[in-house]
Amino acid sequence: MIDQLIIGGHAFQSRLILGSGKFSLKIIKAVVENGGAEMVTLALRRANLGGQENILDHVPKGLTLLPNTSGARNAGEAVRIARLAREIGCGDFVKVEVIRDSKYLLPDNYETIKATEILAKEGFIVMPYMYPDLNVARSLVNAGAAAVMPLAAPIGSNKGLCTKDFIQILVDEISLPIIVDAGIGRPSQACEAMEMGVAAIMCNTAIATAGDVALMSKAFKQAIEAGRAAYLAGLGRVINNRAEASSPLTGFLEDDHGIE
Amino acid sequence: MALNKLNFMEYIGDMEAIDSDIMDRVLDYTAEYDYQQFTGRDVQSALAKEQLSPDDYAAILSPAAMPYLEEMAQKAKIETRKHFGNSVYMFTPLYIANYCENHCIYCGFNCKNKIRRGKLTLEEVEVEMKAIAATGLKEVLILTGESRLKSGVDYIGEAVNLATEYFSTIGIEIYPLNSEEYAYLRQCGADFVSIYQETYNINKYEQVHLRGPKRIYPYRFHAQERALLGGMRGVAFGCLLGLDDYRKDAYATGLHAFLIQQKYPHAEISFSTPRLRPYINNADNRPHDVRERQLLQVILAYRLFMPYAGITISTRERAVFRDNVIGLAATKISAGVCVGVGGHMTDEKGDEQFDISDSRSVHEVHQMIISRGLQPVYTDYIRV
Repeated sequence: MIDQLIIGGHAFQSRLILGSGKFSLKIIKAVVENGGAEMVTLALRRANLGGQENILDHVPKGLTLLPNTSGARNAGEAVRIARLAREIGCGDFVKVEVIRDSKYLLPDNYETIKATEILAKEGFIVMPYMYPDLNVARSLVNAGAAAVMPLAAPIGSNKGLCTKDFIQILVDEISLPIIVDAGIGRPSQACEAMEMGVAAIMCNTAIATAGDVALMSKAFKQAIEAGRAAYLAGLGRVINNRAEASSPLTGFLEDDHGIE
Repeated sequence: MALNKLNFMEYIGDMEAIDSDIMDRVLDYTAEYDYQQFTGRDVQSALAKEQLSPDDYAAILSPAAMPYLEEMAQKAKIETRKHFGNSVYMFTPLYIANYCENHCIYCGFNCKNKIRRGKLTLEEVEVEMKAIAATGLKEVLILTGESRLKSGVDYIGEAVNLATEYFSTIGIEIYPLNSEEYAYLRQCGADFVSIYQETYNINKYEQVHLRGPKRIYPYRFHAQERALLGGMRGVAFGCLLGLDDYRKDAYATGLHAFLIQQKYPHAEISFSTPRLRPYINNADNRPHDVRERQLLQVILAYRLFMPYAGITISTRERAVFRDNVIGLAATKISAGVCVGVGGHMTDEKGDEQFDISDSRSVHEVHQMIISRGLQPVYTDYIRV
């Protein structure tokens, strides 16, 4: 059986989604190739259409663009940015990002739900970036999201799976692909998230700020593949070394004494 | 306007007073800031932290931090990359007028200085903007001298409106306004407001701002807050380093920005770090206090205290200094700069406010950024 990531009816082999906001544009091609990424985000506010250093001139052809609504402070702005992205030919995918906090860049879940609902109705394939909260994730499902993208830690922090337990709840309870977005700092953390059953990893800073960017991209690819394989294989049981022998608590059961 | 007999701490005329305790807090904290009491241990402890408190910030701005400049730079570079990646934003200023009603004894534009004054017509503004846009820039900072009479809010609004045709981001560096005037300019298309307090020391402030509305300290202090109340996206802070005790002024500047960010968490915050150049007839000025080493300490301290804030590096600094602080701590750099009125395409109609040390073109600065392994960014905002 082919293991594919399905988002909004589109199939992907790669489970690494590449952020692009922190890279030098001339190396994006090498990063994409080394990471095997099939989807790259694009901050529309950075797209210098017709001008110098336009990211759209540097993204290899054939990739799926995931324009994001960064810069939006509320649902209305996010919706308008998404429509603009579609108008300039970025396709139907959109990553909804609504942020009203310049310090931690934490997403505003409430506005995100509102934007998701409007855009899904307009036929967008909506992938909302959110703070991992089960109720919000359920609302996003109801609003028509195609995936849910919880943060592992604040954007750019490279802190890893700070919200691990809450992401696990989303993996367990939400039927849409759960894609960890923001905070993953090293391949081992990406691998750990994939082992948990996360569908894909979005990564930007950890690769963009590495010493050898292309090599780090490859490392993430391998880690994500390893984590996915481990998840599919099913992890073995973990023996609790601290378990202590004690009087059995189930010794009172009649069955154990052979009485019918 | 002979305003110098007025109490410089009291509002005059139509100046809007807002309900805010930020000025009192900044002044109280700064009055207590004794930078001599910090030791190397305080600096080490601050540098070991992930998030610096105002006390940590005070430590890294102190003389005790000077031997730790390299460690500060190492940490700053990591923070800058975490928050901004390889991005370096580019912009240029456009002076559309240099009339001024203020007598600030340190400033080239002051109303007593016999310089060529001028103001661009809107046709000339557009010619200038076209010339700037032709260099590829998408961000412009519109500046005037501080004269409501000669360069009124309506005139500035029309210039901003014109700028929306050519630029995705428009900053303004003009005299302080009331919140509804900021709201009007926001509506015209302005995004950012830069206002520099020059010095936070109220006594010094009174001594160097002899006349004109700028003399009113609290009205200037609260400008960023009024700009945000008017709907502006971001505000810039700065003091003129060397005008007074630069450590105390930098401390107050950082604290001012920090408290504004706490109160308005959506606001984008940035710093500028102008240094005073030597000027004549004022034995009391201290331009030599702030050499490059001291300037770098301030820039690094801003970065470490507020790692998410933008930092703009001025063309007053020499090219080598600018080239080395981008990517390290600074995130925004001007290029193709004219500090006279006009001069990008039209003949200059007014004299410069100060001399620049880096006259490189947009293309040259672009190439320099690339050569340092960084990414020139022309646009980072979409007007929707």
